[in-house]
Amino acid sequence: MNKNHRVQSSRSLSAVEVKSKFGAEFRRFSLDRSKPGRFDEFYGLLQHVHRIPNVELLVGYADVHGDLLPINNDDNYHKAISTASPLLRLFLQRKEEADYTAFGTDSLTRKKNTVLSAVLLRPDTNRKKPPVIISLPRDFRPVSSIIDVDILPETHRRVRLYKHGQEKPLGFYIRDGSSVRVTAQGLEKLPGIFISRMVPGGLAESTGLLAVNDEVLEVNGIEVAGKSLDQVTDMMIANSHNLIITVKPANQRNNVVRSGGGGAASGSSGRSSDSGASYYGYSSQAAAASMPTHIIQNFPVDELESDDEDLVIEAGGEAEPIRRAPSNYSMPSLPRYEPHLNLRTATTSVSASALSINANGTLPASGSSGSLSNTNATSTTSSPDRAMERRSLEEDGTVITL
Amino acid sequence: MKRFRRHGQESQRDRLKQELFQFNKTVEHGFPHQPSALGYSPSLQLLAIGTRSGAIKLYGAPGVEFMGLHDENAAVTQVHFMPHQVELVTLLDDNSLHMWTLRGHKGLSELLEIGRFTLTGPPGAPPSVTRVTAVLAHTSGELLLLGTEGGHVFIVEVPGFRELEERNISLDQVAASVPDDYIGRRNLEHVEALQENPINPNQVVIGYGRGLMVIWDLEKRCAIQHIPATQQLESVWWTEDGSYILSSHSDGSYCRWMVGGEDVNDEEEKSDIPYGHFPCKAISKIIQLPTEEGPPFLLFSGGMPRASYGDRHCITVIHCKTHVALDFTSRIIDFFVIRDGLQHTGDPSALVVLVEEELVVIDLQTDCWPVIQTPYLVPLHSSAITCSHHVSAIPLKLWERVIAAGELQNTHYSKKPWPITGGQNLAPDPPQRDLLLTGHEDGTVHFWDASGVCLYPLYKLSTAGVFHTDADPNDNMNQGAEGEWPPFRKVGCFDPYSDDPRLGIQKIHLCKYSGYLTVAGTAGQILVLELNDEAAEQTVEAKVVDLLQGQEGFRWKGHTRLDVREEPVLFPPGFQPFALVQCQPPAVVTALTLHSEWKLVAFGTSHGFGLYDYQQKNTVLIKCTLNPSDQLAMEGPLSRVKSIKKSLRQSFRRIRRSRVSLRKHHVNNTAKLQEANARLEAELAEMELAPVQRKIEARSSDDSFTGLVRTLYFADTFLSDSSHNTPSLWAGTNGGCVFAYMLRLPPVEHRADEPVTAQPAKEIQLMHRAPVVGIVVLDGHGAPLPEPLEVAHDLARSPDMQGSHQLLVISEEQFKVFTLPKVSAKMKLKLTAVDGSRVRRVGVAWFCSSRTEDYGESGLVVLTNQGDVHVVSLPHVKMQVQYPCIRREDVSGIASCVFTKHGQGFYLISPSEFERFSLSTCYLVEPRCLVEAPLHSGSSSQRRSQPDGASSTHRTRQDSEDAEVLQEIQKSLEGDQTSFLENNVKSAVA
Repeated sequence: MNKNHRVQSSRSLSAVEVKSKFGAEFRRFSLDRSKPGRFDEFYGLLQHVHRIPNVELLVGYADVHGDLLPINNDDNYHKAISTASPLLRLFLQRKEEADYTAFGTDSLTRKKNTVLSAVLLRPDTNRKKPPVIISLPRDFRPVSSIIDVDILPETHRRVRLYKHGQEKPLGFYIRDGSSVRVTAQGLEKLPGIFISRMVPGGLAESTGLLAVNDEVLEVNGIEVAGKSLDQVTDMMIANSHNLIITVKPANQRNNVVRSGGGGAASGSSGRSSDSGASYYGYSSQAAAASMPTHIIQNFPVDELESDDEDLVIEAGGEAEPIRRAPSNYSMPSLPRYEPHLNLRTATTSVSASALSINANGTLPASGSSGSLSNTNATSTTSSPDRAMERRSLEEDGTVITL
Repeated sequence: MKRFRRHGQESQRDRLKQELFQFNKTVEHGFPHQPSALGYSPSLQLLAIGTRSGAIKLYGAPGVEFMGLHDENAAVTQVHFMPHQVELVTLLDDNSLHMWTLRGHKGLSELLEIGRFTLTGPPGAPPSVTRVTAVLAHTSGELLLLGTEGGHVFIVEVPGFRELEERNISLDQVAASVPDDYIGRRNLEHVEALQENPINPNQVVIGYGRGLMVIWDLEKRCAIQHIPATQQLESVWWTEDGSYILSSHSDGSYCRWMVGGEDVNDEEEKSDIPYGHFPCKAISKIIQLPTEEGPPFLLFSGGMPRASYGDRHCITVIHCKTHVALDFTSRIIDFFVIRDGLQHTGDPSALVVLVEEELVVIDLQTDCWPVIQTPYLVPLHSSAITCSHHVSAIPLKLWERVIAAGELQNTHYSKKPWPITGGQNLAPDPPQRDLLLTGHEDGTVHFWDASGVCLYPLYKLSTAGVFHTDADPNDNMNQGAEGEWPPFRKVGCFDPYSDDPRLGIQKIHLCKYSGYLTVAGTAGQILVLELNDEAAEQTVEAKVVDLLQGQEGFRWKGHTRLDVREEPVLFPPGFQPFALVQCQPPAVVTALTLHSEWKLVAFGTSHGFGLYDYQQKNTVLIKCTLNPSDQLAMEGPLSRVKSIKKSLRQSFRRIRRSRVSLRKHHVNNTAKLQEANARLEAELAEMELAPVQRKIEARSSDDSFTGLVRTLYFADTFLSDSSHNTPSLWAGTNGGCVFAYMLRLPPVEHRADEPVTAQPAKEIQLMHRAPVVGIVVLDGHGAPLPEPLEVAHDLARSPDMQGSHQLLVISEEQFKVFTLPKVSAKMKLKLTAVDGSRVRRVGVAWFCSSRTEDYGESGLVVLTNQGDVHVVSLPHVKMQVQYPCIRREDVSGIASCVFTKHGQGFYLISPSEFERFSLSTCYLVEPRCLVEAPLHSGSSSQRRSQPDGASSTHRTRQDSEDAEVLQEIQKSLEGDQTSFLENNVKSAVA
């Protein structure tokens, strides 16, 4: 199939030849490489040339390596146009019948044929087990994130878990324990709260951001020091719809290393959590000096109003989520720390995934993480607006149980 | 500018907070837990009780009470007043002696510890040498004689605790003079008793454990006489004329010995085993007191035949031909006799017995020796307390009717006034009449006068008569049978055995204006009662309400419904039941409220709730709240929490039993106790360690007991539109759900025949799904709606119906205000998310300013599971103050807490004691009393005799010279008057 289009025409420098396939039908047209326009215009054009104005489409293209990649925003559209050489081969699918598995990324280990054959709706019956289903980037929504990386000590990690009313349990247990701290009086053993168990398949486990024996330092910005296990449990449950816990990970190898920090030695000392609390002392002098004695939050706690969607049912009427009375407050604004969702250049250098993906199922903890972050990097950074819009919708969604 | 102003406002608010709120634990009501020692001062007329936890409590005339706590956490084993002084000495389990005094301060007396002392023996001596077993406070008031386990008697000068070594009576000195033929001369054992010769203070008798008694002359420092008893000695009594010594022994015998100068007479005069033939238990204490004319009184404790009545706790009183074995329901700690006359040397007038669970006073001058009702130290736990309910400011009419009904129940009590009359009660008369109602496991409701320092029993209601119970009717018949030996007579009211646990009272609601009362119990029974001054025979018709409403697939695994008596039952004057609802399944009633104006009762269980019209005697509404997947709710009342409580109780009982069996003064006493304590601690630790980890999971609708109804509330408010207010019923569940029903009541003239209807109007599902523990509707001014009939009785301003009403929903996790009629969130206060504590108890209270008379505001009083009390302002739900109140481990204390409408509260500190606390600066009920040092012996110590009737427990004797006290009284009286204006006074600032 490919060899038919190897001929380089003279026009190819300025125009991109497009061959678009929808079902059994092909359409051919060309685009100006220098002025590709926006994705939605392109999308409209595709619907127009195929005469399918009302069909929701999934647009994919074959890249230089023969991988099928999605086009669903301006960025990957421009990428597709710029890399087309010279033919841009598009594969359109009805959204409702879309075969997400076809979007392969791991081209080096797979034959081009298998990728494309999948696209060409030739089901491969020899496949042993269904691969992990990963939705398209535009359907992604955060289920957890690392936040406040810029203000926390390197040894700490602040993790936000988004419950969003989904079915998946938060899925972890906490216990009492003790940690050794370096204080002015020397080593001191202090009581602390630790993560004791992860529920397989739970939200906490699937994010990979929390682990057994991580010490819990704060819950939604409030220090747990001096609080009993039951109090901390109740605090976490009370915040379960938008739980932000600051932990000191038991495994300190995956810590974020900041380029400006000067604490190159820190973070690389993997020690067990209960005894390894002397990280304050362990890191370099400069880092220790700059470290605040108590942890600053850069999010105001009362902005986290995600639990504010009580449901009221009037007699005989429909259920509606309760809105705030307009007289008192404005609509809850989006939390300020949203930008942290995006990968920062500083953090991408570390292997810890600062943003994990809702896998709509089970995401193997090992495996395709490297390539995943690749995809994410393109998609999330490119469409922050949509992601935010999407989330604000989700936060209004309420589970109705009647 | 703005910042300055705000700052100013804040400090103004802070000042106002100080004027409104202040936390005090004021007084402990009820009977001290685990009493261990009793003392009495005839000259002060004060009674002292020491407890196992190291507390010392003094009681005099009603309202006169003092409390002290030893720093050492050791049991008080002996209490001795110094004769004719205001000092007393306590001996603790750890062998330390403590001197306490009542010191005047600003016109009031306070109990202070002024010294402590531990005997130090010679270096190298074993600890038993100085282990104190007997204490004698010498009548000189300057000496303490301390008998020890080693058999020595140490003499100590008080109050300085200076050892007078040269005067000590060592065992060697005594042993040297013991006649050679005395069997036990090689080992006299410990000093068991020390007694002073009533007519010669220089002579004391030293009783040794082995049986030997030695009369010792303190002046000459030599033995005068030896009394060679051969049985293990338990106690010694020197008769008043000084001519005889009585000794009681471990084999249940007692002996009388003539005291004479010559050794010839030392043969035992008379020996007797009163309940003899078969082996008897020890007589632990014996007393003989003369009467003006006629034979003396002989009183002794114990001595029962070991095999047949060894488990009885008896005190035998013998006078003339009368011989009674007073049979108590718990272990006897100690007893004493109060005597007539100015110098307390006359005829015995009353026997005061401290048993483990109550104080019993017996009138020895009236025929049949009736019991005198105690005005304080009443055992709250005669049957275990299961719930309590407080009603403030009872109208006089109802108060008098309740008292009248109670008096009819108390005809078996002696008419004599309370014989312990020491001290003066300087507390002002209580500003209002308050009732505390306690529900008990045996189905009774006790009405207590909670207005003042003395929690005085007014009336007792029993609901058991409505039902057939398993009670054995012969239970009360087998006492007092003719010719029975020993001649037992049951005394005391402590009866921990419930006939049927299903009778237990769980919820109480009393309407103080109409006299309607509703109580609900463990087996889903709801009784509506009416106060009737006459006895009446009536049938109580039961209405069974199916709360499952046809939900399939559930099978109740708990107890069955109570069996109702079909025949008419005779109810004594007082509260008489006229309507009965029985829930099906018969689960424990978890919420109950009564609206006497609408004549409706709402009740809820773990399965749903219902509304009952007690005028027409039919159900208006039944709503099932049970989650279809919740099978746990069908398990019955044996929830996990309960079983922990149960196992705790069992282990306590086990320990108590093992402690009871410990004989006093034995070496292994402490060892055994420690062992028992260690076992308890291990059990507790195990219990706490078992769930080492806690699951973190958001609440879901599938959780168990989400349908359990936690709170019910009636309100006349705007439910559907903002122009018409209607009666409404609100219910809150464990799953964070609030149901609102609009009620339609027929006009008054058709109230009896037209039906009451209820329509569902709203349902609010709180997103955080925490249990709803309280619902309050605030009127247009932001004040809580008044109670039913309150406005009709002109005791509250009518609620503001012009402004828009607000709904306050209190969940365990947060306080949330919604607008009405359109329910939208207005503001909230988060508790759990911020500090991890959860709301356990909540109430609305009125606080008035201590400075400005006319200022007051209502607020929410909240008790959290951490044991802290908070005040939250209304209607803005802002945290005002926070005080630690109860230890967070004290789960039953927290669960028992009840708030009053004026910012006070009660909670159980032990099964038998309520601690009273106050958050208000104006409402403080605390003892204020004065005890004056008695003029030295020979003159009257009591200025007036007090005709102290049971009903007149509150007396103010103001010392007019003490301007300060007066002023304070005046101030609190004024404060109280303003508070009478009550809840709904809207203040401009609020």
